[in-house]
Amino acid sequence: MTQPLVAIRSVSKNFGEFQALKQVSLDVYPGEVLCLIGASGSGKTTLLRCINQLISIDSGGIWVDGELLGLRERDGRLHRLTSREIARQRLKTGMVFQRFNLFPHKTALENITEGPVQVQGRNGNEARAEAMELLRRVGLEAKADAYPSQLSGGQQQRVAIARALAMKPMLMLFDEPTSALDPELVGEVLSVMKGLARSGMTMLVVTHELGFAREVADRVVYMDHGAIVESGRTADVLGAPREARTQAFLSAVI
Amino acid sequence: MRMAETLAEGFPDLSQMTVARQPHWRRWLAAAGILVILAAVGRAFAGGQIEWSYVGRFLTAKVILEGIINTMVMAVLAMAFGIALGVAVAIMRLSPNPVLKSVAAGYTWLFRGTPLILQLLLWFNLALVFPTIGIPGLWSLRAVDVMTPFLSALLGLGINQGAYTSEVIRAGMLSVDAGQYEAAQAIGMGRLRALRRIILPQAMRVVIPPLGNEFIGLVKATSLASVIQYPEVLHNAENIYYANSRVIELLIVAGLWYLLVVSILTPLQMLLERRFARGYLQAAR
Repeated sequence: MTQPLVAIRSVSKNFGEFQALKQVSLDVYPGEVLCLIGASGSGKTTLLRCINQLISIDSGGIWVDGELLGLRERDGRLHRLTSREIARQRLKTGMVFQRFNLFPHKTALENITEGPVQVQGRNGNEARAEAMELLRRVGLEAKADAYPSQLSGGQQQRVAIARALAMKPMLMLFDEPTSALDPELVGEVLSVMKGLARSGMTMLVVTHELGFAREVADRVVYMDHGAIVESGRTADVLGAPREARTQAFLSAVI
Repeated sequence: MRMAETLAEGFPDLSQMTVARQPHWRRWLAAAGILVILAAVGRAFAGGQIEWSYVGRFLTAKVILEGIINTMVMAVLAMAFGIALGVAVAIMRLSPNPVLKSVAAGYTWLFRGTPLILQLLLWFNLALVFPTIGIPGLWSLRAVDVMTPFLSALLGLGINQGAYTSEVIRAGMLSVDAGQYEAAQAIGMGRLRALRRIILPQAMRVVIPPLGNEFIGLVKATSLASVIQYPEVLHNAENIYYANSRVIELLIVAGLWYLLVVSILTPLQMLLERRFARGYLQAAR
């Protein structure tokens, strides 16, 4: 059996009194597409943000590519990593946000080249050529010089996907990537994500699009109140859920 | 339910009619009233004891021109100093480090809490506190030689300006969506790089109008440096009227120059605003 790309063990996170994550454990294997579903407030977005260390966890551990996130073991004790080391660890994961978060003062192309040039120190011309290739891949080569305010929501999200891919991550995290979109724009973003899944990218997707999950996901994880209630092969979880809570959620959504 | 093809009667077609102009008679009345007042004030000044020929003569006098140049040099340098300090202090103020945070808050408290003219006098008279400045045993200078009117004014105005500017910059940084910082982190940026590349350029758009305000205020605040002998335009105008007693005429000369400078600054600010509005033009208007 291959090693999991992401291993999550007994992760808990509280926001004050609110328990956002309770003892969550999960493995994600290379090349796998895993969809996290559940009601809002169930902890799926929190889990995703912990994997990208936008939130620090209270207890437990997360390993990406065999490397423990945010902590180092030395002399039998755990020490926090510096912010520089955390920034380096983040390069293994790409993140796509619900509200796109494109840089509004930069063109589509500049949004994509910003990370490779500024953070990875890549050559500008090379980075621009690769960014154009990525824009072609998401169907927006004609919009290279457009500012985010000149793009539709769906186009912005596709640029945001290209921006994350430009860092050549091993893992892509999607935080409800279509929730902020007008219904007619959802399809274009999902089709880019499907193409990415076919290309073998490991993907962890928080979504309400059960149709997308059914079509693309290898596994589905259902979360409720900060815990994983049920996980398994897509057809099993969505087609024949074992847990009563999963059944209730699915019948409410469909 | 009625079908849409047959529209109800009684709603005539208005597309061929024009809308009549409203008679704004109250506006005309107000304008006439203001003109009368202006005429009265103008007449009073024309007949008052002002020798307008002196105003014309001294408007372009060499000492006055030197003064306005000194005013501008000081305003630009102090503003540059103030912005540099302000950005650094705003970043410190928003840092997670409690030491940096308190230092920044203390600085703002101290320099906003005391009058500018008092700070200028303190810098100028620093020699009373520290007769010599330097590294003990290595080199030292007499403070009176170092603390020239120019340097005292620059330090006084710049450091005071920094305290105000830091709050303006901080407001600008707070106005940037938190998602921008997260997106910058997600592509591997550290805090300082994210601030420099992503947050501050977006903050600038919001910050320029109040910063323009601050700069106009600073241009006029340089006149306070006249009390520490910095030869800016008001100081030079005063020196002239000490000699020829044409007080009002020379104050008018200085006033006209301030007005002119401020009038030039406004379009410059518009240009800067446009520069930093890249990417926003469609969204904002």
